[in-house]
Amino acid sequence: MIKVQALTKHFGGMPVLRGLDLSVAKGEVLAIIGPSGSGKTTFLRCLNFLEVPTSGRIRVGTIEVDGALGPHRQKALIRNLRQHVGFVFQNFNLFPHRTALGNVIEGPIIVKKEPRELAVARGRELLAKVGLADNADVYPSRLSGGQQQRVAIARALAMQPDVLLFDEPTSALDPELVGEVLVTIRALADEHRTMIVVTHEMSFARHVADRVIFMEGGTIIEQGTATEVFDIPREERTQRFLRKLRDRTDGSQFAQLMTTPQRDLQKNGVHVEM
Amino acid sequence: MNVSVDLLIQSVPFLLKGAGYTVELAIGGMIFGLALGFILALMRRSTVSPLRLTSRFYVSFIRGTPLLVQLFVIYYGFPQFGLRLDPIPSALIGLSLNVGGYTAEIWRAAIASVDRGQIEAADSLGMTPFQTMVRTILPQAARLAIPPLGNTFISLVKDTALEATIQVPELFRQAQLITERTYQVFTLYLASAAIYWMLSSVLGWLQLRLEARVSIHLREN
Repeated sequence: MIKVQALTKHFGGMPVLRGLDLSVAKGEVLAIIGPSGSGKTTFLRCLNFLEVPTSGRIRVGTIEVDGALGPHRQKALIRNLRQHVGFVFQNFNLFPHRTALGNVIEGPIIVKKEPRELAVARGRELLAKVGLADNADVYPSRLSGGQQQRVAIARALAMQPDVLLFDEPTSALDPELVGEVLVTIRALADEHRTMIVVTHEMSFARHVADRVIFMEGGTIIEQGTATEVFDIPREERTQRFLRKLRDRTDGSQFAQLMTTPQRDLQKNGVHVEM
Repeated sequence: MNVSVDLLIQSVPFLLKGAGYTVELAIGGMIFGLALGFILALMRRSTVSPLRLTSRFYVSFIRGTPLLVQLFVIYYGFPQFGLRLDPIPSALIGLSLNVGGYTAEIWRAAIASVDRGQIEAADSLGMTPFQTMVRTILPQAARLAIPPLGNTFISLVKDTALEATIQVPELFRQAQLITERTYQVFTLYLASAAIYWMLSSVLGWLQLRLEARVSIHLREN
């Protein structure tokens, strides 16, 4: 369904992606993990040209785009590609001046020229699917972060994309709202949709992804099933990353805040309200 | 003080006729100025540097010179090059060019303030740049642009008085003409001031209505 060949991206001469190759089968769910600055978000954004690749080829379904040609010589092709690729942003990016339903029907009506009644009927179905049937006429400012992200997922689904890309979909959410979004994405995985999820939620990657990719320094360091990557990582860099992550999730930072005397914290510029 | 009610009543038709020109010129200046300002703002955002420079130069010139001088250049100056315009077309052109310069800055700032993520969201749906502008950027930019645009238009209504100097028979010119005959200076100028105030108040009210309308999504209930 997706085939990426020798994808590179430079920011002002600095290589961010160093020749990535990747194939994703139809119905496969891929999780990409890696430290910040590893290029995982850039990679995802290159797939639908939100970021223009420096070189390389990207094929989604039957649409093939040459990264080296840039965006101007293949505008129509890129727009076509984007209609087949749903993108869910870290910060939701809902249209604030449109209701939940208005957000969902925008693409079908404006881009695909679907009849309004059809788009509205499908839009309502999709909002029901993400558990927001009662919020169709509500503006995003009245929705919680988790609800906004679910509307954003419905908006992406409304285009009936072949592929769904998620860019750290829960990173901007309060901890108690992460679950509802992950459950929604999981339900999509259960429908065997082709998806790539850049995430920091290791338990999600472990339980939902068919394949886990570890990226660092703009290349794929290691990939395999969740069990392979998480439990028996071959590469030293993967091991190091996972070790760090476990330390962090052990709550050691929080534990330190709890045990260090407050005056020491303040001396070090840390201000704690208790 | 000598306030003559009779004179005031006799003057009303003339003042209203002048106010008609004032309103027409103000509306015309608004429409053309708004459109010109939008084009200038788009030029300013362009990747083509001559377009950007032209826009900046234009805005700098218009904002850096008095409207009165601009009107004189058009009405008294252009005939030197064989371009002789009547007072009203001169006034309309002068006002539109002037308002264009000011609204260009308002549009530019309002468009720039729309979150980059909004454009990316529209892009990710496969929208064309035109669709993105009309459906996503403009509605959000408009909310921010309306208060300063309201200011500009209220200034515009009052600035139409400058056209009296190039023989446009607008409100202030009518008041001048009547005072030349009757010497009822205070009465007539105060009456014209009242009419300007009324026109500006209507605009201020319209601005608030429009603001409320494009801010529906931010309302608490």
